[in-house]
Amino acid sequence: MNNTGKGQSFRTGTVDMTHGGGGRAMAVLIKDLFYRHLKNPVLDQAHDAAVFDIPPGRLVISTDAHVVSPLFFPGGDIGSLSVHGTLNDVAMAGAQPVSLTASFILEEGFPLADLERIVMSMAQASSQAGVPVVSGDTKVVEKGKGDGVFITTTGVGVLPEGVAISPGAAQAGQVVLLSGPIGDHGVAILSKRENLEFETEIRSDSAALHGLVENMISAVPDISVLRDPTRGGLATALNEIAHASGVGFVLQEKEIPVRPDVRAACELLGLDPLYVANEGKLICICEAADATRLLDIAHAHPLGREAARIGEVVEDGDRMVVMQTDFGGARVVDWLSGEQLPRIC
Amino acid sequence: MCLAIPARVVSLDADDMATVALEGIRKLVSTALIDDVAVGEYVLVHVGFALHKLSEEEADRTLKLMMEAGVLAEELEEMAAAGSTGDAP
Amino acid sequence: MRYVSEFRDGSLARKLARAIAQASDRTRNYHLMEFCGGHTHAIFRYGVQDLVPENVKYVHGPGCPVCVLPVRRLDDAVELALNHDVILCTYGDMMRVPGTKQKSLIKAKAEGADIRMVYSTQDALRITRDNSHREVVFFAIGFETTTPPTAVAILQAKAEGLKNFTVFCNHVLTPPAIAHIVNAPAEEGEDPVRIDGFLGPSHVSSVIGSKPYEPVARIYRKPVVIAGFEPLDVMQSTLMLIRQINEGRHDVENQYTRVVTRDGNRKAQRLVEQVLELRREFEWRGLGTVPQSALKIRKDFSDFDAEKRFPVSPKTSREVKSCECPAILRGAKRPTECKLFGNICTPDNPMGACMVSSEGACAAYWTYGRKRDAAAAIKEAAV
Repeated sequence: MNNTGKGQSFRTGTVDMTHGGGGRAMAVLIKDLFYRHLKNPVLDQAHDAAVFDIPPGRLVISTDAHVVSPLFFPGGDIGSLSVHGTLNDVAMAGAQPVSLTASFILEEGFPLADLERIVMSMAQASSQAGVPVVSGDTKVVEKGKGDGVFITTTGVGVLPEGVAISPGAAQAGQVVLLSGPIGDHGVAILSKRENLEFETEIRSDSAALHGLVENMISAVPDISVLRDPTRGGLATALNEIAHASGVGFVLQEKEIPVRPDVRAACELLGLDPLYVANEGKLICICEAADATRLLDIAHAHPLGREAARIGEVVEDGDRMVVMQTDFGGARVVDWLSGEQLPRIC
Repeated sequence: MCLAIPARVVSLDADDMATVALEGIRKLVSTALIDDVAVGEYVLVHVGFALHKLSEEEADRTLKLMMEAGVLAEELEEMAAAGSTGDAP
Repeated sequence: MRYVSEFRDGSLARKLARAIAQASDRTRNYHLMEFCGGHTHAIFRYGVQDLVPENVKYVHGPGCPVCVLPVRRLDDAVELALNHDVILCTYGDMMRVPGTKQKSLIKAKAEGADIRMVYSTQDALRITRDNSHREVVFFAIGFETTTPPTAVAILQAKAEGLKNFTVFCNHVLTPPAIAHIVNAPAEEGEDPVRIDGFLGPSHVSSVIGSKPYEPVARIYRKPVVIAGFEPLDVMQSTLMLIRQINEGRHDVENQYTRVVTRDGNRKAQRLVEQVLELRREFEWRGLGTVPQSALKIRKDFSDFDAEKRFPVSPKTSREVKSCECPAILRGAKRPTECKLFGNICTPDNPMGACMVSSEGACAAYWTYGRKRDAAAAIKEAAV
C-alpha cells in the first residue's frame, strides 16, 4: 500500500471490479483518494467504525441516498449535493450536525478522474460546513448496473435543549417564511439534461443551511416547522406540512421569490416553479410576531438575503394549499403527481 | 394545447438554426419554418422550432383595445350611476 | 417576459371584467367552447371564470392532443417500444397516459423498453445519428402546431440518408374536429351540447391561419374568435364573442393578431403538404371516427413511416369502463359528473387521458377547480 509513494494519480483510468474487491487496488483507492481528500483525525484512525465525542443534547440522525443526472451541474455536483442534502435534513430538525458518513456505489468503467473530482468537491463542502466525513464504504457494481456513482450519506447532529421543531407543529394564525428564490437547483439540472439543453446563468442553490438555522433558532427557539423544499419543490413541501399538521395554507403569489430566468425556463418547458427542486432553501413556520425578527436574521445571512414572508397558516379540514394569484384569482396548489416532465402542450 | 412562448432572436446560426433568448435563457431553435427572420425580432417557439414572428404593432394594438374596452366600461358605469336608474346596457 | 407579462396584468383584467359584465345580456346564457386545452389551462390557472358573470359558461373542448389520441394508438406505441426493440422517442406529455390495462409508456420503460423523452424532433434525429445500429421511432402526436416540426424532421432524415429513423404519425386536424362537434347528434342519454360560440385555437392558427374556420362559422352559424392563450387574451375574446352573439353575427374574428394572420404560415403549410397527406378517417377519443381529420406520411416518404416498417398486431384496446373522458371531450359532461373523478381517478392514479395532461379538463378541475370550495371552506373556518 505504501509502494505508491506520494500517492497515485487518478487523472487516467477507470473504476474496475478490483476497486471493490477488498485487495490492493481498493486499499490504494481508499488511501490515495478518499482519505487524502477527506482527511480528518477521526477518519485517520482508519477504523471500520468512527469513534468520536458529541456535545450534550439529543442525538439527531438522518440518511439520504443521492442519485443525480447529470453528475456535474452548474453550481455543484453529486459530491457537494450529498453533503448539503444530508446536513440540511439534520438541520431541519433544528439540530447542528457534527459528523457525516458516506457510502459510494461505483459503476465499473467510471472514470477515476471524475471520482476524484466528486470526492474533492465533497471534501470542500464538508470543510466549508465544518462537518467532517468520519467513516465510509465503497462498493463496485458491474457495468450497466449503476449510473456512474451513487452516494449515500448519513448525518449525525445534536439538538439543543428546548427546540421542538416538527412538520406536525404548524398552527392556524402562524406565518410562512421562505429563505430565498425557488427553482434554481431544478432549472440548473434541467439545463444540462440530455435533449433539453439550454444556456443559463442559473446555478444550483445547493448549500448547507445549518448556519442559518443556528442563527434563527438562537433568536427564536420556538420555531414550529423547518423544511427544505427539495424534490417536488415548495408546493410539495407545503402540502406535506399541511397534512402532518392538519392545517391549510394561503400563499401570496407576488411574495414568492422566483428569478426571472427560472420563470423563463419554466415557461419554455411547461413547468411550474412551485414544483421545481431546491437544495439550499428552507421554509420556516413561526408565530406572526416573530416573523420580522426572523426575516432580519435571514437577511443578514448569505443564504437568506432574499428571504420573504410568503403566506399564512389557516384552519382547513381539507388541508389544502391555496394561492392568491397576481392576476386576481385563487388556485389550489396541489401535490406533484409523479415527476414533473417537460411538456409540449 | 401547444405550449409556445415568445422569445427574442439573438443570433442567426448555420443550418437554419437561431439562438433565442427568454430573459437570460438562451436556446438553439430551428428557423426552418419561417422566412427572413432578423436578430432582435421576437418569434413564437414551440418544440424547438420558431413557428411564427410576433408583430409588435399588433401586440400594442391589442393592449390598447383592452384598455379602451375598460375605459368605456368605466364611463358607462359612471353614467349609469349619475343617471341613478340608467338602463342596463 | 415581453409579450407574456403584459397579457397577464391583473388591473387590466378587472377592466375587461367590467366590460364583459356590461356587454352580457343577463337574461340569457352564453355557452362558449374553448377548443384548446391551452385555454382551459389559462381559465383555471388564472381564475378567469371568477372574473366573468355567472351566465358566461366555458365548455371545455377536445383540444388536447394527448387526450384525443385513442387508446389503440397508444397501445401500438407501447408494443413498438416493447416488442420491436426500437428506441421510441416521445414528448414528455405522453409518458404517463394510461393505455389498455393502465399500461403507459413510463411503465413500458420500467419493463425495459428503450423510451427517450425529447423536447424536439431535432433531438430525435440526434438520437438516430448517435445510434446508427438501432431503429429509432419518433412518436408524433399533436395538432397543426406540432406537425411542421415532424415534416421537417422527415425531410432532414431523407436528405441525410438516415436509414434507421421512422415516424409513428398521429397528427390530427382542428377544423374537422370543430365541425364534428357542432354537427354531432347527442349520444343516447345525453343532452345535446349547447355551444353559442368558439374560442378558436391560438397556436394552431399561427400555422393554418384563421381562414380554415370560415366555412365552420358560415355553415353552422357559430361565431369563432381566434384567441391567444394568455388570460387577458381569453377575456378579450370572450368579450368579442358576446358582442357577436348579441348582434346575431357568426364571423371568424381574430383576437390574437400579434401572431395569427388569415393565411397563416405558408412555408410551414408547404412543408407539411410535401411530406404528409390526409387520412380518409381517424379515430378520436371522445369524438369517434372523424373523416379527413388526421394526416399520414405520403408514399414518397414511406421509408420513414413506422406503420409501414413495423406491422403492429391488431389488438382489442380498452378504455377504463365508466371513464367519462369521451363525453367530457365532447363538452357533454363536466369532470365532476364522472363517477371516477376525484376518488378512483386522480392525477396520481389517472384512469383516463383527461386526468393526465395538465391541460386535460379533469386535471385542470382537479388542480385548480376545487379552489372555490377550498376558499369557501377557509373563509368559513376563519369566521
